[in-house]
Amino acid sequence: MENYNLKHLHELEAESIYVIREVASQFEKPVMLFSGGKDSIVMFYLARKAFWPAKVPFPLMHIDTGHNFKETIKFRDDLAKKTGAKILVQYVQDTIDEGKVTEEKGINASRNILQTTTLLDAIEKYKFDAAMGGGRRDEEKARAKERFFSHRDEFGQWDPKNQRPELWNIFNGRKNMGEHFRVFPISNWTEMDVWQYIYMENIEIPNLYFTHEREVFYRDGVWLAAAPFMELKPNEKIEKRRVRCRTIGDITCTGVTLSSASSLEDIIQETAATRVTERGGRYDDKRSEAAMEDRKKEGYF
Amino acid sequence: MFTDNNKQMTKKSGKEIGYLDMELLRFTTAGSVDDGKSTLIGRLLYDSKAIFEDQMEAIELASEKKGEDHVNLALLTDGLRAEREQGITIDVAYRYFATPKRKFIIADTPGHIQYTRNMVTGASTANAALILIDARHGVLEQTIRHAYIASLLQIPHVIICVNKMDLIEYKQDVFEKICQDTRDFAAKLDIKDVRFVPISALNGDNVVDRSKNMDWYDGPTLLFLLENIHIGSDVNHIDTRFPVQYVIRPQSDEFHDYRGYGGRIVSGILRKGDKIKVLPSGFSSSIKSIDIMNKSIEKAFAPQSVTITIEDDIDISRGDMIVKENNGPQIGQDIDTMICWLNEKPLVLKGKYAVKHTSKDVRCMVTDIKFKVDINTLERNVEDKVIGLNDIARISIRTTKPLFYDSYRKNRSTGSLILIDEATNETVGACMIV
Repeated sequence: MENYNLKHLHELEAESIYVIREVASQFEKPVMLFSGGKDSIVMFYLARKAFWPAKVPFPLMHIDTGHNFKETIKFRDDLAKKTGAKILVQYVQDTIDEGKVTEEKGINASRNILQTTTLLDAIEKYKFDAAMGGGRRDEEKARAKERFFSHRDEFGQWDPKNQRPELWNIFNGRKNMGEHFRVFPISNWTEMDVWQYIYMENIEIPNLYFTHEREVFYRDGVWLAAAPFMELKPNEKIEKRRVRCRTIGDITCTGVTLSSASSLEDIIQETAATRVTERGGRYDDKRSEAAMEDRKKEGYF
Repeated sequence: MFTDNNKQMTKKSGKEIGYLDMELLRFTTAGSVDDGKSTLIGRLLYDSKAIFEDQMEAIELASEKKGEDHVNLALLTDGLRAEREQGITIDVAYRYFATPKRKFIIADTPGHIQYTRNMVTGASTANAALILIDARHGVLEQTIRHAYIASLLQIPHVIICVNKMDLIEYKQDVFEKICQDTRDFAAKLDIKDVRFVPISALNGDNVVDRSKNMDWYDGPTLLFLLENIHIGSDVNHIDTRFPVQYVIRPQSDEFHDYRGYGGRIVSGILRKGDKIKVLPSGFSSSIKSIDIMNKSIEKAFAPQSVTITIEDDIDISRGDMIVKENNGPQIGQDIDTMICWLNEKPLVLKGKYAVKHTSKDVRCMVTDIKFKVDINTLERNVEDKVIGLNDIARISIRTTKPLFYDSYRKNRSTGSLILIDEATNETVGACMIV
């Protein structure tokens, strides 16, 4: 008797490829959001798998806050070169210069929230009707309520209390002019699944995810990377530590973890043993209990 | 510089790097806070270490703010502000946990009748349903409703958790009576596999660890069941159906003549060399290759996403279906379905709707409403033809083009379709083909 049981990583892969192909079929001008973090790297890898040997039939788009780990930008540009992918970069700085948003001031200032305006402007400018993101339901409680195909009104807003029912694997991407969809192909993946898949498929990731020595400082229970645009409080001091990133985002709100994990096996073991969620190190979520839900309603990723 | 993963890794066995090849079980839970549903999920997550310190900290804080004495585990699953404020589950929430044996996706749904559509949504992709019964109250209307939904959506395994056993002094006869009452009405339903577990979610009896208070029970614990229920046969591996989702034409120098058909095998198995038939054209050919990125495989099976190429040059596009030559679906435009209505605006007899069925888009007219089901009593009502939000009914539709379908009972993919309101674009009906 042959075994026809699909194991979890293959089943998740099959589901995501199905979703990505559905986006390419149902929408006229889709785009894939790419941050340079592991989730968007895996999502883009799945897209290449979905259309091989043809090229991925949509561009990638990076919303650049200007507050990056420089390794992320290098990785992004190298990946584009290697795969022939088209990457559009939209700068939050431009949105600020245009006077559409005002930069936050003070110690915890971040451009995280400002990204929403840049993103919505870009969607409008390029007339994108679907934007795929690497959000996962296990990341955060508001994300746990998210659909694969998530409708956005003409203002880019999410109405969590009035979402379209999503049954079986039938996705309804119909919309009116000016509206768009956010699609989350890796909704059902957990942090562990992502690492296991990277390991199984041997996917390249930025070396920020592995242990390295870095200048950091400690704030409210989170280690943050030191950078020229980060203002220190009087009692905070910069020190050198061996750290790695568990998530990569805007440098002002991405905490780093003290870690000696130097290989994917180490990371997988560390992930299995950890008692804090990966967004536990995300400063942007700590602002209030419903920080993510509020940002998402406005049009955040 | 790139990190060269090849150099860092020496492949170890699956066990050492965290179980690369586990089975995935999707289950749904229906119930209200009163049934102890949230406590049960909280316990499963907590005992399997899927609740993290910062999550715990956050809900401790939130519970305190609301002036509650205990840490309210329901706050873990109720993710929206409105849900936390009102203390109810409104929508489907997805939760994830894993044990060394399996990975689990929980579709956590509210249990009250006004949320039937959410239960149906959660049930549509589930391998198993957990139904909670309060041991003090026994089988209630809502138990029948939850079991009916599991039956209607053809969830292969149903686990009845008789909860709050601690409040009835862990009495065997109470448990036995509830099992018997459940079997009595379940006989009228179409459920293949029903199990019963006496538990106390609050104290943890028979959830993860075996209870010391119920020596008379020698069956498995709930987690053991979830880890060991045989799900290999849940997918239809007999009737091969491959709805073409996306045509892949690289038009590059290297792959000048490549023409691949991307899609998901929704049921059955495909092998290289298999004789196939393409619907609706009816042309025959055979499988030339099955590709997943830069490697070709000999066979693929549901629910894999693959790209196939065929020997002959036939016109094939999205919405077509590739099947085995000797095993085809039904083809037709007049279709009878059970429907769960999902929208505040009632179903319109003779109304026109957009239809999505596998990768095919057509339109339809509702030609008949046969009966409505009272989901609390399972009685059929042929008089009341008003089908509103959360109602379940049997209807007939006529589609603008033929669909390639199977009965839902035989095939959950080719047997399901959704109706869309063409004015609002909302998904208004979930249909299971009879």
